[in-house]
Amino acid sequence: MAIIAQILFIILTATALYLFSKNLLLIRRNILIGKAGFVNDQKARRWKNVFLLALGQKKMFTKPVVAILHLFLYVGFVIINIELLEIMADGILGTHRIFESYFEKFELASLYNFIINSFEILAALVFVACIVFLVRRNMLKLKRFMSNDLAGWPRSDANYILIAEIILMGLFLVMNAADTETHFIISSSLQPLFSGINSDTLFIIEHTAWWLHIIGIYIFMNYLPYSKHLHIILAFPNTYYAPLTPKGMMHNMPEVQNEVLYAMQPELAPTGAAAPASFGAKDVMDLSSKNLMDAYSCTECGRCTAACPANITGKLLSPRKIMMATRDRLETVGKNIDQHKSFIPDNKSLLHDYITVEELRACTTCNACVEECPISISPLDIIMELRRSLVMEESNAPQEWNSMFSNIENNFAPWKFAPDDRDAWTNQA
Amino acid sequence: MKVNTMAEMIASGQTPEVLFWVGCAGSFDQRAQKITKAFATILDKAGVNYAILGKEEACTGDPARRAGNEFMFQMMAYQNIQILNGYSIKKIVTTCPHCFNILKNEYPVLGGNYEVIHHTQFLQELIEQGKIKITDSNEWKGKSITYHDSCYLGRANEIYEAPRKVLESLDMELREMKRCKSKGLCCGAGGAQMFKEEEKGDKRVNMERADEAIETKSDFVASACPFCNTMLTDGIKNRNEEVNTEVLDIAEMIAKAMQ
Repeated sequence: MAIIAQILFIILTATALYLFSKNLLLIRRNILIGKAGFVNDQKARRWKNVFLLALGQKKMFTKPVVAILHLFLYVGFVIINIELLEIMADGILGTHRIFESYFEKFELASLYNFIINSFEILAALVFVACIVFLVRRNMLKLKRFMSNDLAGWPRSDANYILIAEIILMGLFLVMNAADTETHFIISSSLQPLFSGINSDTLFIIEHTAWWLHIIGIYIFMNYLPYSKHLHIILAFPNTYYAPLTPKGMMHNMPEVQNEVLYAMQPELAPTGAAAPASFGAKDVMDLSSKNLMDAYSCTECGRCTAACPANITGKLLSPRKIMMATRDRLETVGKNIDQHKSFIPDNKSLLHDYITVEELRACTTCNACVEECPISISPLDIIMELRRSLVMEESNAPQEWNSMFSNIENNFAPWKFAPDDRDAWTNQA
Repeated sequence: MKVNTMAEMIASGQTPEVLFWVGCAGSFDQRAQKITKAFATILDKAGVNYAILGKEEACTGDPARRAGNEFMFQMMAYQNIQILNGYSIKKIVTTCPHCFNILKNEYPVLGGNYEVIHHTQFLQELIEQGKIKITDSNEWKGKSITYHDSCYLGRANEIYEAPRKVLESLDMELREMKRCKSKGLCCGAGGAQMFKEEEKGDKRVNMERADEAIETKSDFVASACPFCNTMLTDGIKNRNEEVNTEVLDIAEMIAKAMQ
């Protein structure tokens, strides 16, 4: 019987890990559909960002209460998962609390108790934090959680994650409580619930909780790639690859720079040079891989949208929706590639079908969204790339912008003033 | 007061220490011209050896680039860099955060490398060096003021302190708006919005910001950007609050308070 459980456990674990890594590799492939966009200079500054923003959650702390609750989840997640080592070892070897006996052998039983007690305290904190978050998300009517951006699946996604965490933590504590030989700090207070239950039943309860807990973890793990919750992994590379340049700096387009240079100084133009294929981004493959990783990293928290001046004043633009639309489109393109081995045009594109002109036109490029994002996502960069495509590929600009362009071209100023009057103010100075 | 152009300076064998990049708003917009004149007056009084490009200056290309027209931007950048490099310009000061950002951050990769500072930074330097002396009985003393962070100065380039330090020298009561510094709310003009109608929504961005400024019940709103200045002035007028709250550029305030 025991051997069957062991085999079952090994098969289950292998399947979970296989599916998980397969999906992660698919996400990696999807991210790499983008143009080269990972800059890896100034490594020390990049690691500092990882430590401050991802590990240290620096930006979360602009909202201290939420930050502390989120910290419980985060520390709980990382630390409690150390217990997985023992659970895995027990599962494979068919043992029960294998580390405990080792710790006892080296007279470290109190250390083992200390570790499990820490896990239990964290589990309880996670349990509480998740309940608070569920209430906040569904009952407090916070604008950024009530928003239409989250209609349908994204709202359920957020709730599923919280409920899953609550169930997993509950199972972990029940498992410990049903193990009546142990007396850990939180689960021992649950033990009176089991008084009067005979040891066989307790054994079944404990084992059921143990199995449900590990199966739950495997399901949760495999749910990640489909969820907004992927940030628990991608926050790290995403903060590492965050631009180190000032936020005001737009990245250059050398292909356009060269076109202009060759027009001005034709002698510099290489013979037979092909014109660039396209300008700006019409679809996800025209964006940079960093833009695409941004999309997968987004937790849909909506801090960006809450700070966006366009959104605050009722415009259609929502930076969060820009990120969600980019991920949705990327996943569709990814599935297209899975089916056809390479991308077969589907008469759709990120621009127009997923993100409308009206949204793009509402952006003031104020960088509030970029500033807000706790993990260095830039919705602005995507907006600007799409704007470039709109104007340069489709000549799609409002009439006032076309006038502004022609004023700059003819009068060297965005307004229709005579260039000769540029220094007229000096006469009155 | 004579404002020299680079061409005139070079012709007379002089090399100015700094180029004052006036910008399109500062050159043509009637309201912004006042800021330009105020800043030129300060430079003159402080004895700064400066020049302007005059008719040789052209749009940096910022609104074109932000609207998505990279070609137009590259054309303007090419021409401007030719002129700036032709005069071997080393240092530029500008009263426009958009010009500041693009000259400082986006021209270097195109071959235009200059030390670029915003006029609020320059004013701070001049005050610290004692080249600007504020009169004890300046007209702003004791009045209340709120400072509006321009996005292209603030978040874009993390300049939050210089304008505030300059205002401190005026002995005013600084009242911060709820959204300030890195959380500052845009005036609504950036990203080439200045040159088009807003998309449909339920409020104008400049009204949202003007309301916030009005809420501080300050006598003055200080701006450091000609576009923010226009947007906030319009917003405050729209609420009929212009008698209570006046929008001024920091340079205009310093010019009036200088000895």
